[in-house]
Amino acid sequence: MSSRDAILGRVRRALADVRQDDTPYDEIIDRSYLREHGHRSVEETVDLLAENLADYRALVHRCTEEELPEVLMRLLAERGSTSVLVPPQLPPSWLKAVDATRVHDRANSTPHELDRVDSVVTGCALAIAETGTIVLDGSPDQGRRRITLVPDHHICVVRVPGQVVSSVPQGLERLDPARPMTWISGPSATSDIELDRVEGVHGPRTLEVVLVSGQPRAEVVP
Amino acid sequence: MSGTFVGMPAFPKAAHDAVNNPTLRGNLRHATHTIRAKRAKAVSEVSDWAALREAGKQIKDHTLRHLDRYLVQLEESVTRAGGTVHWAADADEANRIVTGLVKATGESEVVKVKSMATQEIGLNEALEAEGIHAYETDLAELIVQLGKDRPSHILVPAIHRNRGEIRDIFAREMSAWGRPAPDGLTDTPAELAEAARLHLREKFLRAKVGISGANFMVAETGTLVVVESEGNGRMCLTLPETLISVVGIEKIVPTWQDLEVFLQTLPRSSTAERMNPYTSMWTGTTDAQTADGPRTFHLVLLDNGRTDTLADQVGRQALRCIRCSACLNVCPVYERAGGHAYGSVYPGPIGAILSPQLRGTASEIDASLPYASSLCGACYEVCPVAIDIPEVLVHLRERVAQGGQVTRQGTKVVLKPAKGHAAERAAMRAARWALSHPGALRTGQRLASRTRRLHPRALPGPGKAWTGSRDLPAVPAEPFRDWWQRTQGGKENGK
Amino acid sequence: MRVALFLTCVNDTLYPDTGRAVVNLLTRLGVDVDFPLAQTCCGQAHYNTGYRHEAEPLARQFSDVFRGYEAIVTPSGSCGAMVRELYPRMGERARAEGRGDTLARTLAPVVPKTYELTEFLVDVLGVTDVGAYYPHTVTYHPTCHGLRGLGLGDRPRRLLEAVRGLELRELPGADECCGFGGTFAVKNSDVSAAMGTDKVRNAESTGAEVLCAADNSCLMHLGGTMTRLRTGMRPVHIAEILASTEEEPLG
Repeated sequence: MSSRDAILGRVRRALADVRQDDTPYDEIIDRSYLREHGHRSVEETVDLLAENLADYRALVHRCTEEELPEVLMRLLAERGSTSVLVPPQLPPSWLKAVDATRVHDRANSTPHELDRVDSVVTGCALAIAETGTIVLDGSPDQGRRRITLVPDHHICVVRVPGQVVSSVPQGLERLDPARPMTWISGPSATSDIELDRVEGVHGPRTLEVVLVSGQPRAEVVP
Repeated sequence: MSGTFVGMPAFPKAAHDAVNNPTLRGNLRHATHTIRAKRAKAVSEVSDWAALREAGKQIKDHTLRHLDRYLVQLEESVTRAGGTVHWAADADEANRIVTGLVKATGESEVVKVKSMATQEIGLNEALEAEGIHAYETDLAELIVQLGKDRPSHILVPAIHRNRGEIRDIFAREMSAWGRPAPDGLTDTPAELAEAARLHLREKFLRAKVGISGANFMVAETGTLVVVESEGNGRMCLTLPETLISVVGIEKIVPTWQDLEVFLQTLPRSSTAERMNPYTSMWTGTTDAQTADGPRTFHLVLLDNGRTDTLADQVGRQALRCIRCSACLNVCPVYERAGGHAYGSVYPGPIGAILSPQLRGTASEIDASLPYASSLCGACYEVCPVAIDIPEVLVHLRERVAQGGQVTRQGTKVVLKPAKGHAAERAAMRAARWALSHPGALRTGQRLASRTRRLHPRALPGPGKAWTGSRDLPAVPAEPFRDWWQRTQGGKENGK
Repeated sequence: MRVALFLTCVNDTLYPDTGRAVVNLLTRLGVDVDFPLAQTCCGQAHYNTGYRHEAEPLARQFSDVFRGYEAIVTPSGSCGAMVRELYPRMGERARAEGRGDTLARTLAPVVPKTYELTEFLVDVLGVTDVGAYYPHTVTYHPTCHGLRGLGLGDRPRRLLEAVRGLELRELPGADECCGFGGTFAVKNSDVSAAMGTDKVRNAESTGAEVLCAADNSCLMHLGGTMTRLRTGMRPVHIAEILASTEEEPLG
């Protein structure tokens, strides 16, 4: 007998006392928990996202669509980045003001090659306000998971309010499980030394999030 | 309380040393109290915590009660998405499968994401025996591996080490494993984290095989989820060409939607964060054009005592565990005994109910674990899937003391009562007899009262377990019931 | 109302003062208290040590003795929790073992009628000021089975706050276990003693004269630790504080 059959047989024998239930799964679980916590206006939701991102040490910037190329240029320059990784279909206008060398990720790029790049700029699939989370799902403006991992500096652009949801349940509803995904809440961190949180281990030690809105607006750094 | 109740099993011996080690006591107290307060705050932010906890419990219970169905569904989903599923009935089989898969790649080193399942089966040792080096990449696991130590906490395996000890381990050991620690390394956590970053980077960048566990597996989609903080998980899950995930069969949830519960309760219970820094989700492999992540993905589904646990109507709730470690952090016994005393990769309250079920109660340590609790209930209160740990502890005490039918390796067997409990059993029976006869109880009480001037302050033999640290209460001149009868419940003057 | 005092075997044997205090207190509040002499033990020690089958006859006997009363009052959080939480579970287990509903049916009547003393005072009698006088500094340790098992909440604190002359001091780490835990105290005596010592040190840090709790089992452990550590504090059951008046002060 294969181990598969042995294990499934053990499971069935172990459950001999359990009445099999054909109630549809939707009706079995009591999902009376909240779809989101509290009521907020669209603007308040975006503010909460900014606040929670900053609370976990992401650097948050706000600008308009028109200001974005300028902001990205400035953030890369301030960092002193001479090279920047570019996902396959990052909107070309975003980096039009950037001087740094654009490095395009290829299927056969080695991790060592990625390690030599200073920064990476991506979009995102969505952002979750309550937890201060940005979600990448490998879409063409985000690229492979590794490109936001190996470089030490990640700039992620979030379109607000369109890409912002309030809560984890709302976020999962909008995501496609078939895509490889990375949920990011602040820069890499560890609590392994005396259960004290320290930012900056293996992932990018600097995470900058740019919240881009349609309307012109003064830049705010909370 | 009679001295003959004492079984003197193995946990107490190990705990004795920990209790008397001031550095360890200090390290544990500092860490557990820090995280306790943080967790309470993180949980209080979520007004529907009780509903999330109940939903988590229901999802896990439902899954366990239909586990055969969901295992088959998961296998189909993972296979459809390009993964290969293996089934391992026990630790040896899992180790054989993984070793074989690594050898087939021709590689002699692997990078590992922190994984309780692979620790449980002793995978690193099995790989080493075949000439394959496994590098632990979680910071705390690295500390444990470099220090030739054992893990003592589910989330923070090196919780028993303080920053000074970690500095010494890094400075002393890193050079033997790869890039040495920077000169002049201090004990600031940021510098220690930086040293780990540099040390492990070269290993990540050249790794061809990654090994992980998983926090969740979604049956309907075949998606695996790894929740982490440092980014070492992302490195191991995305850079290597081959990924092997070893996951306990109880880690399934039926649907994608179910993650909405656990991705809220796990981070807050575990690291006391609204959300952990990184969560990776992958469904099989991607096509050659996308080339995101490993080209080859193997999932090893591990039983190793889980189906035996499932067969126990009271004990099966332990399989709901999502390994958050909140129960360790609030446990007053864990705080003082330390994780090593539990003799298992699963320490603390959850370990005290998991180890004796996964491994059986034949060994001295496993038979002693159900008693490693004052039944204070703090663990149950914080458990995000509402495992009634005290209930299972008492149930397992019954198994140890009285024996009975259990399932081992899929077969029903009848256990004999454990050794060393005969005196206790006799005392319990005698006490029950006396207490079933109010006259006998009264005779005993009167005898105690009459001889009270003769009672020693310190008891000999096993009774020392009480009087070694505490005085005995004075026996009163008369028991309450004599006063009641003499005074008609105080109505007649008899004070 | 026919109220039975379920004193518990430990109190009956070692702490008769607590029993007398409950009787005096309830009588003062107009309650007619009976002490059925056939009572012995709820079976908690047996159950929690893994001897459920030995606990069953004790539980049946408890039900026989107490089922006829309208309320059963006990000055012990852990014995109260045994009846309220674990008797139903014993019935369920017997059913799951194919022994039918007999045990569950036998135990069911006493479960909802059993009250821990402070619950009975606050919820049934509806009083928080019981007219007590106790001119001492007191710190209160909420025992685990009272706190997490029965959910006594702030009832003991409200009762103590209404006692004239009493100054209540906040106990640091109040919700942590004292380390008694029944047979745990001897089976894992090192850890138990360490927990007890920490609890006593916390109590000492309040500067209070008295450590109060609603369970004498915990106080036996803590009291034994206090005298061994020569703290000068003394353990007092909450019933004795609530029974104390200006006319008849507690000794």
